[in-house]
Formats: sequence, structure tokens, C-alpha cells
Amino acid sequence: MADIEQVNILDEREKSIVTKHGERCSGDGMRCNTDSVSGAVSQRACVYCGARVVLNPITDAYHIIHGPIGCSSYTWDIRGSLTSGEDIYRNSFCTDLRERDIIFGGAEKLTKAIEELAEAQKPKLIFVYSTCIVGVIGDDVDSVCRHMSEKYKIPVIPVKSPGFSGNKSTGYRMACDAIMQLLLPHKSGKKIQGINILGDYNLAGEMWIIKNYLKKIGVPVIASFTGDANYDEMARSTSAALNVVQCAGSSTYLADRMEEEFGIPYIKVSFFGVEDTTNSLLRIAEALGNEEAREKALKFCGSETKKLEGFLAKYRKNLEGKKAAIYVGGGFKAISLIRQFDLMGIKTVLVGTQTGKKEDYELIENLVDEDTVILDDANPAELETFMKEKGADILTGGVKERPLAYKLGIAFCDHNHERKHALAGFEGVYNFTKEINESINNPVWEYVKGACV
Amino acid sequence: MLDMTPKEVMENRHITINPCKTCEPVGAMFCALGVESCMPHSHGSQGCCSYHRTVLSRHFKEPAMASSSSFTEGASVFGGRSNLNTAAKNIFDIYNPDIIAVHTTCLSETIGDDVGSYISDMEIPDGKTVLYASTPSYEGSHIQGFSNMMIGFMKYMTKKNGEKAGKTAIFPGWVNPGDDRELKRMAELMGVDYIYFPDHEGILETPMTGKYKYFPKGIGTSAKDIQELGSVKKLIALGQLTSVEPAEYLEKQHKVPFTLLPMPIGVSLTDKYLMALRDMSYQEIPQILENERGRLVDLMLDSHSYTYNKKAAIYGDPDIVYGFTSLCIEMGMIPKYVITGTPKASFVKQIKALFEENGMNSGKAVIKADTDLFYLHQLIKNEGVDILIGSSYGKQIAKAENIPMVRMGFPVLDRYGNTIQATVGYTGGIRYVEKITNVFMDRQDADSRDEDFDVVM
Repeated sequence: MADIEQVNILDEREKSIVTKHGERCSGDGMRCNTDSVSGAVSQRACVYCGARVVLNPITDAYHIIHGPIGCSSYTWDIRGSLTSGEDIYRNSFCTDLRERDIIFGGAEKLTKAIEELAEAQKPKLIFVYSTCIVGVIGDDVDSVCRHMSEKYKIPVIPVKSPGFSGNKSTGYRMACDAIMQLLLPHKSGKKIQGINILGDYNLAGEMWIIKNYLKKIGVPVIASFTGDANYDEMARSTSAALNVVQCAGSSTYLADRMEEEFGIPYIKVSFFGVEDTTNSLLRIAEALGNEEAREKALKFCGSETKKLEGFLAKYRKNLEGKKAAIYVGGGFKAISLIRQFDLMGIKTVLVGTQTGKKEDYELIENLVDEDTVILDDANPAELETFMKEKGADILTGGVKERPLAYKLGIAFCDHNHERKHALAGFEGVYNFTKEINESINNPVWEYVKGACV
Repeated sequence: MLDMTPKEVMENRHITINPCKTCEPVGAMFCALGVESCMPHSHGSQGCCSYHRTVLSRHFKEPAMASSSSFTEGASVFGGRSNLNTAAKNIFDIYNPDIIAVHTTCLSETIGDDVGSYISDMEIPDGKTVLYASTPSYEGSHIQGFSNMMIGFMKYMTKKNGEKAGKTAIFPGWVNPGDDRELKRMAELMGVDYIYFPDHEGILETPMTGKYKYFPKGIGTSAKDIQELGSVKKLIALGQLTSVEPAEYLEKQHKVPFTLLPMPIGVSLTDKYLMALRDMSYQEIPQILENERGRLVDLMLDSHSYTYNKKAAIYGDPDIVYGFTSLCIEMGMIPKYVITGTPKASFVKQIKALFEENGMNSGKAVIKADTDLFYLHQLIKNEGVDILIGSSYGKQIAKAENIPMVRMGFPVLDRYGNTIQATVGYTGGIRYVEKITNVFMDRQDADSRDEDFDVVM
């Protein structure tokens, strides 16, 4: 099924790369959602990474990394998740395990560390993340957390995230389990006519944009997981009438568990792009059975879309016919991006994800044109090969993809943790279109074109 | 910002808050990137490799190549031999470097993976090398990882040779590519025939030509040069804490005598480097370098009224902190807090000695190793400083306490252009005297009332 003649592709990787041929797709056997191949220079990270990105935005929690210093220092304030309140989460707390702790066990140090924090800072909530080494030396983190929780009468939640114990998706699940542990004691019988937003991390303030829209249509938001989240709000979330899930990869599991434990149904939404934003607002209103909200949503989206028409038409002149490559974390975002590019007149020639699932790839295959290359868990060699082969003008990706694109003389837009401008909602369409235009049409590429192979 | 920092200093903490160091493996990765046609390989979970590549990418604004053994639960129980074998085969297949430099992580160390024996048993293609260094993250800091990787290269590649050829070896320590360019330039101007290891010039700063090669030829220390390290007549090792162990290794194993010097930042430390070079080539210092020194001293004289008696907090990796402490003293500033996260007690001794050499009382300063930026913030809350000099992570303190800041060291994640220019040498000194002085002058302009606001300063 892999119809590729490239010397740079490993045999083990062939099943993870497909090219679309004709109307039907090789929909059966795209290999995805598995472990990476050793030595392939995958762009993925580990379980701890997955757990950390989901929980880190919780603003008033003390996130303690139990392990040697690295895991903590590399995740210190590297994410653009914004807060409207506390900023405790922007510090880096670590037990900084040394050799003697590895030999004799780190549980004592962890206990003392939590005590120091609890006494000096009076935290409301503590998360304790296990790292690789804790998984191996067998520190009983659960027990330490339980004792500390009893002693200080605050939730001290262990996050089972040793890096090797799976892949990044496992990390997302461990984080969701930790959130559930936090929420279960707050189970309540009543129901509020409001929603929780799952899977948005308030990068560049996107959560605020979404909350604003929901306010406009009269739908109250009770809690967010985890963009701009705080403990009190999360505790109230168990009474919501509906959960909406944006980042499906990281949060569907949480939604499932909340449905099981609290009886809260969920729908998957996306706020990236005009079409998706409109549909999502309508569907939220429908799911709540709120006709008034639906009417308001129709009106609001209608007027926003109209406002954008002139803008998009103007930019389309600059962008029509260009080709885009997409390499992002999850399937949902890739799908949104393909749609957004389509609206701009840009053809997607390459699309890949780090952690996409089978359903995601099936949908992607249906959306793209003939001859588009689709990859799972790609590495730099593959990205380079296919971007060059397909003549991509711009790559949308994350921090490790940016320098690669630039070196190849290809423009870049960060749609990941480093983004500084909101890319969600209608404002996001403005920003995204402008950013794509600014990067693709920047005069600096002229200096490179002459020297390009 | 950082509202949670209490003024009362918390001593002897078990919790590290806002670290001033990171772990060994990234140092090994960075070191290995400075060798020609070499793929650094992280033997552990994928997260390690990803994070290390990310921080290097953000610091240098460049792609950073490294592969991972991608440990999963199976490997953690049964050992990572097959992961390493698969990885090596794949790396040679797709990327085809000449060398794979493996470094371990806390995971592979703790499960007791005997990487050395895995490598001996490995089927390595002809003409290729696979070597390793032990770099557990629960010891030392990234600086240690860098040293250990250097020793790893030498262990596997440096040949024992009775004869001593005329060359000089230079170990630059942990510096940016712009510094490599400068250190080599000075050595060439002094007529020294050198082997420079590791060499990041052209790596992590590749010029934009539209072509991009993962392992460009002729960039990085060549394998031949590493092999010949055993037959150099002398070694100049820069960076007292970074380069001392590799220097001692070369001396012990290959009888190469060494001169250990601080990182040449500022006037007197650069002088020391030049003197050491002169001892190698017996050449007089050329006018061009004399003039550079003269220009630096001239600049310091011209601008000294803006920096005199200003208090500085200097934090980061031990050798560069030492260098900047020296520069600040030369500029008439007072290093009030001199901090590193790297746990080396000798750092404190070295800084105290530096103070004494310059006739200053180190008792008034707080000099500490194995600490973190939370501690620094608490110190500053008790007694402030006029400038922060260090890595990007200090910017939260700078913002919270409204103190101007100059960035140096590793990592600098929030500015451009630093890594392709020199911090060392007289030219580096000129850059930083300019930066530091201008930061005070910018602050003066920003804070002054209209009537005190001067066009001529």
C-alpha cells in the first residue's frame, strides 16, 4: 500500500506512510497509535510529557516533579498557556533526586519536599508526577501522597507518568486519571445548565475567546480542563450538563470517565476555522436543548463569517495555489487545518500527526486530494523528503519542526505550544490567515530561492 | 509574577524550585554535535531525547539532530540491548553518520544497562564507530554530561602514541559556535597549530543557503583529530569545571600535560588564554589582537561611570559565571550574588579566590553552588541588585523585581543572535560591555524625568 520510492524510509516505517490514490483510500492498514521505531528520530516525547501538558495549565496547583532535575527544568514555563489568576504553575518544583536517593529511595525526600511547600506556601492542590526513574526504583508515591493529603487536608494527587511506561497518549490518560481522582470527592447530585470545556489549554488566550463566544450565546461555562483552570472551578465541574471536547486526543478519555462517573454526556468540537467554530457553537446549543442559544449562535456566527468574507477574499489572492504541509500532535487539529487551508485556497500536500488514531486518519484521507502523503509519527528525514518532493510552501507544526522548515527554505507557522497569537475562533482565523501570509510571502525567501536546490 | 516567593530565605530545602541547571544527557548531546558526522544517541525514553533537542533548538534557533532508543516498559525490564541495536542499524541506514555517540539516561543507568558490552557485541559497519558515555541525570549537571561525553570520545577513539607531534589541543568547554570561531581565530593569529575539540562552528548555526545537510563534511572536530589527541604536545583546557576532567583523562591516559584556564571572558582572562597560546607558538602577540584588547579597555574606560559600583546577580553554569564575575569586577561592578545550580563545591572556592585576587571582600557577596533561582529571588527580595546577568530563566525575577537583565550562558531562549557571536575574547568582551552598559543607560533614560533626560550621555 505504501507507494513510495524513497531510500530514506525505513522498512519498519513504511506502513505508517500512505499516499492517497483515487477516491477510495488505503483506509485499512495505516499503522498508527503505536510505539516509535528506535533510532528513527521520532518527534514524539514520552508519557511524562503527555501528562505534563495536560495538567500543567492548572493555575493554582503546585506541580511537583519527583525525579532528577531534567524532566522538571525542560518543562519549566515552556508553554504559552495563559492565566487570569494565579501563576503558581509557572514555577518549576522538583525533588531533584541524586544518586543517594536512587539507591536508598526517594520517598523520604518527596515527603520532606511536600512538607516544606505545604508549610511555607499553604497550597490548595498538589500534583506529584512520577518520572522514569521513580517507576524503576519503586518509590511508593501513592502512599506518600495519601499521607500528605491526610496531614494537610488538601488533595495531593499522584500522576503515574514514568516516561517509558507507554507513549505520549498514555500520558494523557494518566493525567485524566489524576483529574478524576481530584473530581470524584466532589460528585454531586444536582445538574447546572452549563458546560465544561475539555482539551483546551488556553494557549495565547484561546480559551478566553471560546468562553466569550459561549457567553454571547448564553451558555455558562463551569470549568475548563485545563486552560486557565483552578481548583474551585474544577470541583464544581461535576454538575455540568454537558462536556465539550476540543483536543480529542488528550481529553476524550476524561470525557468518557466523566460520563461514566458523573453522568455528563459529551460532544467533540473544534474551534479552529470558520466552519468548525460555527458548527461547534450550534451543536453545543443543540446538545443542551437550548433553542435560544442556538438562535443567538446562528446570528453571531453569521455576522462574524460575513465580517471575515472581505478579509479572506483579500488574502486569498496572496495564498491561492500555495501548498501546505501539516505535522501536528493530534488528528483533530490536522483535520481542522486541512479545512482552514482549503478555505484559503491552499492545497494540503502532506499531513501527519504524532499521535493520531485510526478514525482520525480515515477522516483525513477523505478530506485530502489525490497524491497527498499522510504520515504517522514522522521523523525529520521523512518530513524533509516529502516536503521537498511535494513542493510545500509552508509547514504548520511545532517547535522541533520550525528550524527544519526554515533550513529547507520553507515558511512556517507554529500551531503548537509556542504560538503567541490565538488561532481559535473567528479571531483565530484572522490571526492564522495573517500569519500564514506573513510567513509564505515574506521577502526573505527571495534570498534563499536563488541558492535552493 | 513570582508572587509566591517569600522574603524569608528557606534554607536546606528538599524541594528545588526554579532550577539553575539541567541534567547530564543534554550536555552529552551538545558535545557530540560538535564532532564531524556524529549522531548523538539518547539511550532511554523518548521524552529525554525530545526535550534535549527542544531546548537546544530553542537556544540555537536551529534543528538539533539526535536519536533515541525509545525505551518502553519491555526495555526497562529486560534491558535496552535490542533497542540500541535496532537504533544503530536504523541510524546508519537513514542518516548515515560516521559515528554514533551514545549517552545514557537515568533510566538506562538505573536498570543497569551495560552499554559498553552492547556496543562490543554490536555489528558495526566498516568504517563506522559507535561509542558511549555514562551520563546519569541524577548526578552533577549538564556540564558533567558534556565532560563525560568528551571522555567517552577519547576513550574509544584517541590512539596511544609514543611520539608527540607539534600540535596543541584546545578544549573550549561549553561555548557557543560564535565563541568557537573566536577562540580558533585567536589561536590562528598566534600561529598555533591546534586540534580543537569539540567544535560547534558551522553546527547549530548553519548558514541559510537553501540546502541543508544533517552532517555537513568538514564541520565539527574530525575523527582523525580526536584520534590524534594522544599525540599533542600540550593541552589548553578552558572552563575550569567543564574541561578539567577531560584534561585529566588526556594527561593520565596519554601523558599530555595541560594548562587549565578559566573561560576567557573579559580582559584578564582573555590575556591568560593568549599567554597560553604564546607559550605554544612562541610568537609575539600580533598587533591586531593588541588593538582589540586596547579597544575593549578603551570602551571600559569610556563607559565606567555607568557601571561603577553597580551590584550584579550573576547566575548560570559555573565556568561562564566565573568569567562574567571577572568581567563585572573589571568593569568596577560588585558581584553581589554569584550562583550556580551545578553541584560543585570547588566553584565557591574559585569565586572566592577570584575576589581575593582582585582585592575584594568575598564575605559581602553570596556565593553558592547547588542552588536554584528561587533562592536567588529570595536573596534579591532581601537586598536588591542593579542588574541580572544570566540565562533566560532569570527573566521572571527581572520582571517581578523590575531589574534590568543581560542574557548570557545556557539556555537563552528568548533572544536572537547571541549564539553566532562571541562572548569570549576581547571581541566578546566588547559585546558584553556594550550590552551591560547600555542596559544601565536604557534604564536611566526610561526612569528619568524630562528635565534630566539627556541627549548626550
